[in-house]
Formats: sequence, structure tokens, C-alpha cells
Amino acid sequence: MAKVLMKGNEAIAEAAIRSGCRHYFGYPITPQTEIAEYMAKRMPKIGGLCLQAESEIAAINMVLGASSAGVRVMTSSSSPGISLKSEGISYMVGSDLPCLILNVQRGGPGLGGIQPAQSDYYQATKANGHGDLHLIVLAPNSIQEAADCTSLAFDLGDKYRVPVMILADGALGQMMEPVEFSGNEKTELPEKPWATTGTGMKRKKNIINSLYMQPDELESSINERFKRYDVIEKNEVRYESYLAEDADIILVCYGITSRICKTAVGMARKEGIKAGIIRPITLWPYPKEALAKAAETASEFLVVELNKGQMTSDVKLAIECSRPVSFYGRTGGVMPTPEEILEQIRMIGGRIK
Amino acid sequence: MISDKIGGLNKIIIVCGHYGSGKTNIAVNLAYAIRKSGKKTVLADLDIVNPYFRAADNREFLEEAGVRCLIPMYANSNVDIPCLPPEIYSVFSGDEYAILDVGGDKEGATALGIYREEILRCGYSMLGVCNMYRPLTSIPEDAIDNLAQIEAHCSIPFTHIVNNSNLADLTTEKTVYDSFEYAETICKKSGLPLLFTSVCDDVPLMSEEGIFRIKNITKRLY
Repeated sequence: MAKVLMKGNEAIAEAAIRSGCRHYFGYPITPQTEIAEYMAKRMPKIGGLCLQAESEIAAINMVLGASSAGVRVMTSSSSPGISLKSEGISYMVGSDLPCLILNVQRGGPGLGGIQPAQSDYYQATKANGHGDLHLIVLAPNSIQEAADCTSLAFDLGDKYRVPVMILADGALGQMMEPVEFSGNEKTELPEKPWATTGTGMKRKKNIINSLYMQPDELESSINERFKRYDVIEKNEVRYESYLAEDADIILVCYGITSRICKTAVGMARKEGIKAGIIRPITLWPYPKEALAKAAETASEFLVVELNKGQMTSDVKLAIECSRPVSFYGRTGGVMPTPEEILEQIRMIGGRIK
Repeated sequence: MISDKIGGLNKIIIVCGHYGSGKTNIAVNLAYAIRKSGKKTVLADLDIVNPYFRAADNREFLEEAGVRCLIPMYANSNVDIPCLPPEIYSVFSGDEYAILDVGGDKEGATALGIYREEILRCGYSMLGVCNMYRPLTSIPEDAIDNLAQIEAHCSIPFTHIVNNSNLADLTTEKTVYDSFEYAETICKKSGLPLLFTSVCDDVPLMSEEGIFRIKNITKRLY
């Protein structure tokens, strides 16, 4: 297929369909409503289902049901709506069910605003739902990568039987860029022998459940899941390194913010300041080793986010506080300019000379 | 001449089309061009659909050129309520050329329908903006279907087609020329004349015939 011009929200919806997703359950909220809009237009034409639920809580529980039946399924929302879905997400983790959850972040806390933010970093990577759990969290920085991550999200979810979140933001959801959908639509999806599709009197019944009556049974199910998490941490880390090899100052940023940082790093390089970027594409599993390795040669780290510095702690842990880590960010839907970030790079550059 | 074609439009110029087809870009550039030709011009933002990219982003550029801007007071804020200012009615009584930037698809057209009587009374030109590189309007049949839905929701018939087929930064001479057949088919099947093909001023072309050069005024978020 040739290149087309799409909004991030539309591209993710189209990529989901091409990944074999035929079930979408959601509830409208700016700035991601185009997902539901697109699904509502496309799904009936291809034998799929797009259903606007009565609430976010209903939508995530419909996702749980559909995933139990073995189909590829997704939901999408924006920050406050994702909070409502947290309970269902935890139930899905506890039931080892894959799905795609898209969070097109807006400013918070509370209703906040409708402009872009990255203030759900902690929620996505540390505590989306109660209990001992992780989601695989992908953070694309372009419309093309958003489409590619969508396809990856379904594959990873099925492979490890975990919910996968795409952590986008209002800017990525709303802006338009050329995008190309590679390859043919997926028609052969992985077998799901665990799904509740009817025994046909040929096998033992499958049970999808997150409630355990015996403590030791619950513990062993959690331990088994954490063994899978170990494999994910070993095999599924993804990041992009940009001019980081000889850099004195490493910017750590993800999503739309990394696009601004790239411009700022280019400006800094022109002034002779050796700045570079390590951009996590997976926020969990986190690219700890890449950062630790960079700390061997770089002098300082600068985290840039659309929040008050949530990822700073992960960078500090990854490099075991071996180098200073500073932070620059804007909130409330305000985007930093490349000049603002350049100013931060200059300040660090002045002090490490 | 494109300037003659634009000069020949009626005083109420309505810019409609599919979500993301480039309506705001066309509306802002048209307002600028008409003002530069010496006519009094007003741009009214009727977009109740898109809270992110709006004519309000270009207010300074337009007002500097002398274009009066009618922009909902909450545009680009966090109050995403669909309400339009009463001052919109001023465009139907003055001597200005009025460009109405309407929200996408049939939802945006519903807001336009409020002004139907005034629009028909004043005389109007309604432009259907089409972009071949938008997947839901990539074939002429789908584009025409989209325009038909818009007409049905505002009860105002289109008068012209605008071919705004582009791939943002990846637009080339070839992507522009590749869209000519698409635009011709839409015109033939809808019975509407092509007003122009709009192309950003940084894309070189062999011939400028039928081309309306525009500035890309879309806000960069990064």
C-alpha cells in the first residue's frame, strides 16, 4: 500500500484492523475520539464490531470478555478514562488475557485539560491497576511508529498473554503525517488453546479467572507470571539511540517530546555541545542497560517530559545514580520549544566543561 | 487565471470537506489571497469538531494582513463545548467577503446548517475540499459520498471542488499530478467544476496552470 496521510488516532485504528483486530470497545473522550469514529466507520464493512459502551468500566470488561474468547481486541481512552479502566486491566492481568489499551494522554490530575501531556507515566509503568503486575508499555514518537507499535502490541500481547498499552499523547493522536502500512493484512493469528471457545466435548474446559481461593495457588500463579516478565525484560526492550555514542549530555525522552529534543540536540551540536538522545520505545520493559552503558562515557543526563519529572527516577535507578540527572518539562498541555530545551543543554554544558 | 476564478466567487465562501482534508489551510489561504486582492475580508471559524488544529492558530497572521477574524472565544482552550459566537451573523449583513471554515464531515456541517437561510439569501460558493491521500476519501466514490453526507446535513448544495491532495512534507510534483485524475473524476461524477488544485509553495511544479499556491499554515506541535 502506498503512503497515506493520517492522524495518529486513525493510523492506530487502521493498524489494529490490519493486525486482525475485529473487536473495539470504547467510550468517547478527547483527544482520542477519532479512534471510535474510525472503527465505527470501518468495522461494519469488514465483519467486525465497534461498540460504544455505556462507560469506560463497561468497555474494559467487554474487552476482558472478548479476549477470553480468544479474539484480538482493543480499547482506547485518554487519561481520566484510563483511570476508570484500571480495575478491569488488573483483572485481565490476573486472568492472563492479552489486549491493546491505547492511552492518548491529556493533562491531569482530574479532568485536567484536553491538550497533550505525559503525566500518566507512573500510572502506565508502575500501577495501572492494583496488585503485582506489569503491562508492556510502548511509546511511539511518530504516526508511522504508532502504526508499527500497534501491530507489535497485538503480537507481544498474544505471545506473553499480557495486556499491552500504547502510551501516546494528544499531539500524536491529533497530528497528521504520512504513513505506510507494510505487508499484507494478518489473516493467520496465533492459536489460543486457553481461550473459552467451547470444549466441543473434546478437551477439558478452560477457565478464565483472577480469583484464587487458596493463597499458595495465587502465589504460584503470580510467580509463573513474573517468570514471563523476566523473559519480556530480557527480550523485548526497545529504544532508539541518537548521537548518544560520543555524547557528554544524554537526553532521555519518549513520545512527542523526543521530536522536540531531536531539534534541540541538533542546535546544541551546531554550538559544539555534544548532546545525544536515548529514547525508550518500551517504557516497560525499560532500557536500563542502554542507559547504564551510556553512563560510562556521558557526564550528565537530562530527562525531558510533559510532566513534573516522573521518568527521572527510572533513569537514576538504571544508572544507579552514577551521574547527575536533571529534569525539564512543561505541564497542563503546554509543549516546550526546542529553544527552551537547548537552554537546559547549554546550562549543563557550561557546568561540565 | 486562478485569481480571476477566486475573484468570481460569491461573497459567502464556505469551506467544507472530510476531517483532515485541509479545510482550515484552504480557508486561511483564501482569506489571505482575497484580502491581498484589495477586498474587505472576514474569516469565521465554525469548526466545532477539532479542538487541536484551528483557524485560531493563524489569527495573528490574518489580522496583520487585515483580515477580520471571528473565532469562538474558547478555541484552543480546554473548554471543548460546541458553541459559536453570535457575531457570526455580522458576516451576512456587511460588505465583506466572508470565508466560513467549517468543521469536518457531516458533524461539522450540522453547525453550518444553522446559518442556511442567511447563506442562501446572501448568495454563496461552497467548496468541497478533497484529498486523495486521506484513506477514507481516497477513491472518488468515497469522496463524493462524504460530500453528499455534508450536503444532507446542512441542506446547502456544493458549488465547487477543491483538490487539496497532499502528503504533508512528502508532497512532490508526482503526488500532485497523480491526483489530477481523481479530482477530474469527482468533478465529472458530481457535476461540479474544479476551482483549483492547491499546492504548498515549496513544491516545485512544471506548470502552474490551475494551481493555487498556498502557505502551509498548520501549527507544528513539536
